[in-house]
Amino acid sequence: MIDAIFQSNVRTLPQPIKVMLLLGALIVGTSVLSLNLGFIQLAPLDVLRTVLGQGTERQELILFQFRLPRIVLAILIGMGLAASGAILQGVSRNGLADPGLLGINAGAGLGVIALVLFYPSAQASVPFLLPLAALGGAAGAALIIYALAFKHGEITPSRLLLVGIAVGFGIGAVTLVFSLRMDPNVYRFAVVWLAGTISATTWSYVLALLPWTAVLVPLTIYKARLLNVLNLGDQIALGLGAAVEWQRRLLILIAVALAGSSVAVGGGIAFIGLVCPHLARRLVGPSHQVMLPVTLLLGALLLVIADTLARNLLAPVEIPVGIVVAIIGAPYFLYLLARTS
Amino acid sequence: MATVDLRRDAALSTDEAGHRLPLEPEQEWRSHPAAAMLVLVGGTLALVFGLFLSVSFGAADIDVTTVWRAVFAYNPADTDHLIIHEVRLPRVVAGAMIGACFAVAGAMMQGMTRNPLASPSLMGLNAGAEFVLVLALVFVPWIGFNGLIMASFAGATLGAGLVYGIGSLSRGGLTPVKLALAGVAVSSLLAALSSGVTIYYDLAQNLLFFFAGGVAGTTWEQVHLLLPWLAIGFTGAMFLAPSITVLSLGDEVAKGLGQRTALVKTGGSVVVVLLAGSAVWVGGPIGFLGLVAPHITRFLVGLDYRWIIPCSAVLGALTLVLADLGARMVNPPYETPVGVITALIGVPFFLYLARRDTRGM
Repeated sequence: MIDAIFQSNVRTLPQPIKVMLLLGALIVGTSVLSLNLGFIQLAPLDVLRTVLGQGTERQELILFQFRLPRIVLAILIGMGLAASGAILQGVSRNGLADPGLLGINAGAGLGVIALVLFYPSAQASVPFLLPLAALGGAAGAALIIYALAFKHGEITPSRLLLVGIAVGFGIGAVTLVFSLRMDPNVYRFAVVWLAGTISATTWSYVLALLPWTAVLVPLTIYKARLLNVLNLGDQIALGLGAAVEWQRRLLILIAVALAGSSVAVGGGIAFIGLVCPHLARRLVGPSHQVMLPVTLLLGALLLVIADTLARNLLAPVEIPVGIVVAIIGAPYFLYLLARTS
Repeated sequence: MATVDLRRDAALSTDEAGHRLPLEPEQEWRSHPAAAMLVLVGGTLALVFGLFLSVSFGAADIDVTTVWRAVFAYNPADTDHLIIHEVRLPRVVAGAMIGACFAVAGAMMQGMTRNPLASPSLMGLNAGAEFVLVLALVFVPWIGFNGLIMASFAGATLGAGLVYGIGSLSRGGLTPVKLALAGVAVSSLLAALSSGVTIYYDLAQNLLFFFAGGVAGTTWEQVHLLLPWLAIGFTGAMFLAPSITVLSLGDEVAKGLGQRTALVKTGGSVVVVLLAGSAVWVGGPIGFLGLVAPHITRFLVGLDYRWIIPCSAVLGALTLVLADLGARMVNPPYETPVGVITALIGVPFFLYLARRDTRGM
């Protein structure tokens, strides 16, 4: 349906730019809405006043210390996961690849659980260590999956998926063992965090994630043409002069870093990396130069919406955002699955 | 001779159609009644030994002779006898029964779908049963054990129906990869809904035992309620076994031999739902057992489901009893969820299946 709306509106601007502008506007709109909504409601005018520095101290506290970092974080995490999924789908030439399904999120989760278990203080005081631990875990998982999926000098898409699912199960079991050794308070944190949540946010988490996103997302867009070439198949890519295996490994590393750093602060949120690239392809076509930016925007938009729902749907109880994303994303995934032959 | 040719043709044609054969062609004809007898007898002996071992091991160590007396000369005045009778026996007996249920359900599913990854946990039965059980516990807490069993059956049907329905909707049919993906997606959707419900009603802590899976705290009442369903399920499975053997050669062959495949599949699905649903009700979603046990059984005893089903039952029961024992021994005095132990066995096996020739997957 969105498709149709866009097509009918294309008159003056080229479509991709229009889509991006609309998505950007939607993100801003949803963010403002999300700033208004919550346990303590702020009227839109109050929000505006507070942003301009005219609000009361209380309004400033709610807005700048609680809600704004959360929205910023949702945008960053959504972009990271979406970009990671787009890269993985491009590299494996498999429309069903996703860091969550492939066990990379699980690896990142294990890294964080191990960090929290062995250095319990890290949870509160050193958010900057979390991305590193998650990255280590994600890279370990990716390495294991890559090695196990490699057979007869190639990785078939279906084997990659099956191996990823299996490794994800295994890592889940190990994570469960680890989390059982925690004391109850840390365990509760771990359970909620594994389900995917961005509730424990402060600006320090934003600062911990920002450098990763700021470096990796532009790098991903820079690699867009390479992804296009890889999409044509290994033979053609080689013929066009791409160092296929090297570039593929570099791209996987970028995807792993994006997923790992996102999971480090956001927990195990699946399906964003899967859904967004598909939607983007439907909106602007398969060329990565336009598809990647749209994917990023969609990821940010989807997670901001999901987080707003998670905060307000069952208020005052807060649902982990990962659950909301799964309820939105899983049916779409199943729909895609039913369509693929 | 004519049948052999027919089978060979069927094997080839299914290959061309892109469906993966459940086993290598040269294994297609294997059936080892002698090996099967050995598995049945040896497995049962090992199971009895494992049961005694499992009963005697625990926080209060009780020697095997006391276990023997507690079973065959029960004395309610003796504390050890009481512990054995009221705490440990129902637990290990339930463990053996659940293991058998999952294994037979998995064997039936693999036989009917010709899909090496078919199993209750990967096909969404466990997650479905869990979801509806959570709904029942939250919204109608007075429902009682019988109601919960019914809820579990309904949930297992829901989960399997979703996965299977999406598979059959898709172009190219339900290949193993699609089965795994649909299973993962349906499971995570249902699990997300379950956790949403429990978080909203603030029951996450109380239902945690259920999500982790395990047979700790099983009562005799549950065992008694499980027994009839298990009996019906096994009888049904044994009754259908010859038809499943034919069906495992492919739908076309089965139809060519005059089988009413739709009828067999419906009956088989009912059996699977009964077995897996009642097992999840007692033990929670324990994964991988239904995947691994039938494969090992088929490797040992060949492809005749009249042997596969009883042997799977014995091996599944043995595996879960030992896994439960291991779950208590790994980190005493704490218990490791038994699902972790079965995952430790199951994941390498899953990887082996994934790495095996995946043409057509």
